[in-house]
Amino acid sequence: MSGTYDIIIIGGGPAGLSAADSAVQNGAKKVLILERDREVGGILQQCVHNGFGLHHFKQELTGPGYAQRCYDMVKDRPEVEILVDTMVLEVRTDKTVVAVSPAKGRLELTAKTVILTMGCRERTRGAIRIPGTRPAGVYTAGAAQRMVNMEGYLPGKKIVILGSGDIGLIMARRMSLEGCKVQAVLEICPFSNGLTRNIVQCLNDYDIPLYLSHTIVAIHGRDRVSGITAAKVDEKMRPIPGTEFEIDCDTVLLSVGLIPENELSRGLGLTLHPKTSGPVVDQHRETSQPGIFAAGNVVHVHDLVDFVSDEAEIAGKYAALASLGQSPAVDRVIEVKPGAGINTCVPQHLRLGIEGENVRLFMRAAQPKRGVKLVITSGGETVLTKPLAVVKPSEMIAVDLPAAKTAALSGEISVAIDEGV
Amino acid sequence: MEREADVVVIGGGVTGTAVLWALAHYDLKCVLLEKEPDIAAGTTKANSAVLHAGFDAPTGSEKARMNVLGNRLYHDLEKELGLDIIWTGSLVTATTPAEEEQIKELKARGEANGVPGLEIWDAGRVREKEPNLSEAVKSALWAPTAGICWPFGIAAAFAENASLNGAEILRGATVTGIETEGGRVTAVRTVKDVIRTRYVVNAAGVQAGEISAMAGDSSFTIRPRKGEYILFDKTARASLVNGIVFPAPTKTSKGILVCATTHGNVFIGPNAQEVDDKEDTSVTPAGMDEIIAGAKKLVPNLPMGAAITEFAGLRAASSTGDFVLGPSQEVKGLLQAAGIQSPGLTSAPAIGQYLAEIIVKETGAAKKADYQPGRPEQPVFRELDDAGQAALIARDPRYGRVICRCETITEGEIVDAIRRPCGATTVDGVKRRTRAGMGRCQGGFCGPRVIEILSRELGVPVPEIRKDGAGSYLYIDKTGGTAK
Repeated sequence: MSGTYDIIIIGGGPAGLSAADSAVQNGAKKVLILERDREVGGILQQCVHNGFGLHHFKQELTGPGYAQRCYDMVKDRPEVEILVDTMVLEVRTDKTVVAVSPAKGRLELTAKTVILTMGCRERTRGAIRIPGTRPAGVYTAGAAQRMVNMEGYLPGKKIVILGSGDIGLIMARRMSLEGCKVQAVLEICPFSNGLTRNIVQCLNDYDIPLYLSHTIVAIHGRDRVSGITAAKVDEKMRPIPGTEFEIDCDTVLLSVGLIPENELSRGLGLTLHPKTSGPVVDQHRETSQPGIFAAGNVVHVHDLVDFVSDEAEIAGKYAALASLGQSPAVDRVIEVKPGAGINTCVPQHLRLGIEGENVRLFMRAAQPKRGVKLVITSGGETVLTKPLAVVKPSEMIAVDLPAAKTAALSGEISVAIDEGV
Repeated sequence: MEREADVVVIGGGVTGTAVLWALAHYDLKCVLLEKEPDIAAGTTKANSAVLHAGFDAPTGSEKARMNVLGNRLYHDLEKELGLDIIWTGSLVTATTPAEEEQIKELKARGEANGVPGLEIWDAGRVREKEPNLSEAVKSALWAPTAGICWPFGIAAAFAENASLNGAEILRGATVTGIETEGGRVTAVRTVKDVIRTRYVVNAAGVQAGEISAMAGDSSFTIRPRKGEYILFDKTARASLVNGIVFPAPTKTSKGILVCATTHGNVFIGPNAQEVDDKEDTSVTPAGMDEIIAGAKKLVPNLPMGAAITEFAGLRAASSTGDFVLGPSQEVKGLLQAAGIQSPGLTSAPAIGQYLAEIIVKETGAAKKADYQPGRPEQPVFRELDDAGQAALIARDPRYGRVICRCETITEGEIVDAIRRPCGATTVDGVKRRTRAGMGRCQGGFCGPRVIEILSRELGVPVPEIRKDGAGSYLYIDKTGGTAK
């Protein structure tokens, strides 16, 4: 607990643990993970279902199983110290980290580099302005998941879920398995915002109706939810008068999006991207502040934890190299811009050496499409194309740019969906 | 259970708690009855949180008198009771020649009411103070004595000081009847108790008409008038306002304002909608549209993406148009504090003192010799400097465990909120006393932890913990296949 750390990692979820492991493998000698919860593992601890790890560990795991694998990689490493029940209050640009815990009191720690892995949080009722009363029984899906899977309590018995994000779909199945009746899942978009496998396994298998282009126009009940009014929406997502219908329920779960937790990033003055709501990063996940790295859902919300681990390993490696004074030389900076049909692209720029390097780009499509082509161009020239059978906003697209291609890049690149296939 | 009291106050809003606080200065046995699980559960928890200067109400009305006096009392009490007030001053804006005339009339009325420091500001001066205001604003009435406050905190301060001085606050105590003998009140019945008493103060908010009628005085009724609000995140403050900005008033209300809060947020609202249901605090799409349109007249570029919640409150508007204050003409021992709509929050301490003086005069009760001013210390971790935080954790390690990450609220503060006089018993009670759950995630992360702490500190099972109202249970059952 003294001296300067090579790296302080803020957050002990899968991103923080994977970053720590990679950092040590790349030469870091003194790594500290600060975790605010009572245990490491992050939100995975409440995700008791399976389906994790197929890409990263080539094995199907539950959420806690995946968290355990991540923890196992670092727990016996003498280079890694973990403090739980410890909340970071401030990170400064000189890499001083201020934290508090009941056991250690107020701490001011210093490091050569910092990796931000705080994850994300759920959008709430207020953010989407649902009219009606304000009774008990309205929860975000993730909060309900914690109640059921970790606290051992049922938030209700007759459920309506607003939003078809993955947590909402998973909770539809979870509540059904607990003997609850899931009356409906309502989605304001004309398409689902969850993984296809979750629509099949969590709704279809349990005969739970999914109403696309529908939303809640009122929540009823004084002290506890007694029902909702649903309605169809038009193409501008406005409720269509006359289409209202009532659904009887005691609980409303909201699965209406996730937002990166960037309060510390904001305090640091990092450049944040308006669409991802996370810090702007290069391919090594270094932010706009030298020596401050970020990875996982704090950068952009992922749909698979496997990609979170991949991204955190990159951040861990380059934070380690930076702390050892071995950062690769930068010859030029190439901006990466989302083009037609692409909503977000991470990293937002490449800081390349003369030789170029293998770079993986992560993108989200703006609209669901079938039979399209992903096209990467630079200065009017096509750099790479990749046919894609299906693209949907809920499923992240990953594309690898080999070193031979990045070595040749000189100007801004654009990533777009070409529908004319 | 049968109890004895000198005075029973019905209603635990800011009016009722202020009356209790004023009475607690004297040798009188006082009991306050609140039907909800916590105080300040009605109008007090959902209003504009403005301490008005006092230029709105007609000169000579109870509203004008109590407003100006109440405003002055808050300036005096702020320090003693540790009240959360920021004296921002207020602006009433004018966009047309007719409105410019109107604010001049308001200024004259304010001066007649005894409001100090009123000035008419030109557009340049207005924009210096509030740069985001519409270009259409031509001038404004500046009232330096207006301020913003945290109304729950004010009611809690009155309640805590009264508790400290021996007053009793019974929550979950719905009044079922008031007994009289020979035209004088003798007892109040609740769902749990019978309380023999000589005086009853009716501070029952939207229910004040029913309570008065229970005692035999049906001389007025209360018609609730709903007001809806939208609250913005702190990050939006810079693009909104620094203080209180009103439009020129309409006949029924002071209009839709854009106003800062003591916690660094900004709200817009309220509209004014008469409703029949005295529990109708629902927000409506039409209401939201109305307040957004109204607020845009003051601040054209509203950052709607930064809206974090919306809510509605009910104004207890009386059939007389003014506050109904003082001894009932029909029933002896019944004192009214009814029809307390705006500027009720500002008027509360003045109403409290006014009614206490009447009772003291009649009973000859003496000042308490051992009256304790103030309230117990309430450490706020995030407001301490580095050394203060370290010292607090060293004293009690629970102040080193952050439960609410959005607002940096520690376990120590939550435990204190539960154990204080008239402490929290519900999740929203903890929220209102500490801010835990009031931030960006709206309790998504800390909710279950707060429930756990409440259960532990109160010694009740987790499924009995409520969000706010009497039936607002958060968990229906344990997991494990018991659900049917």
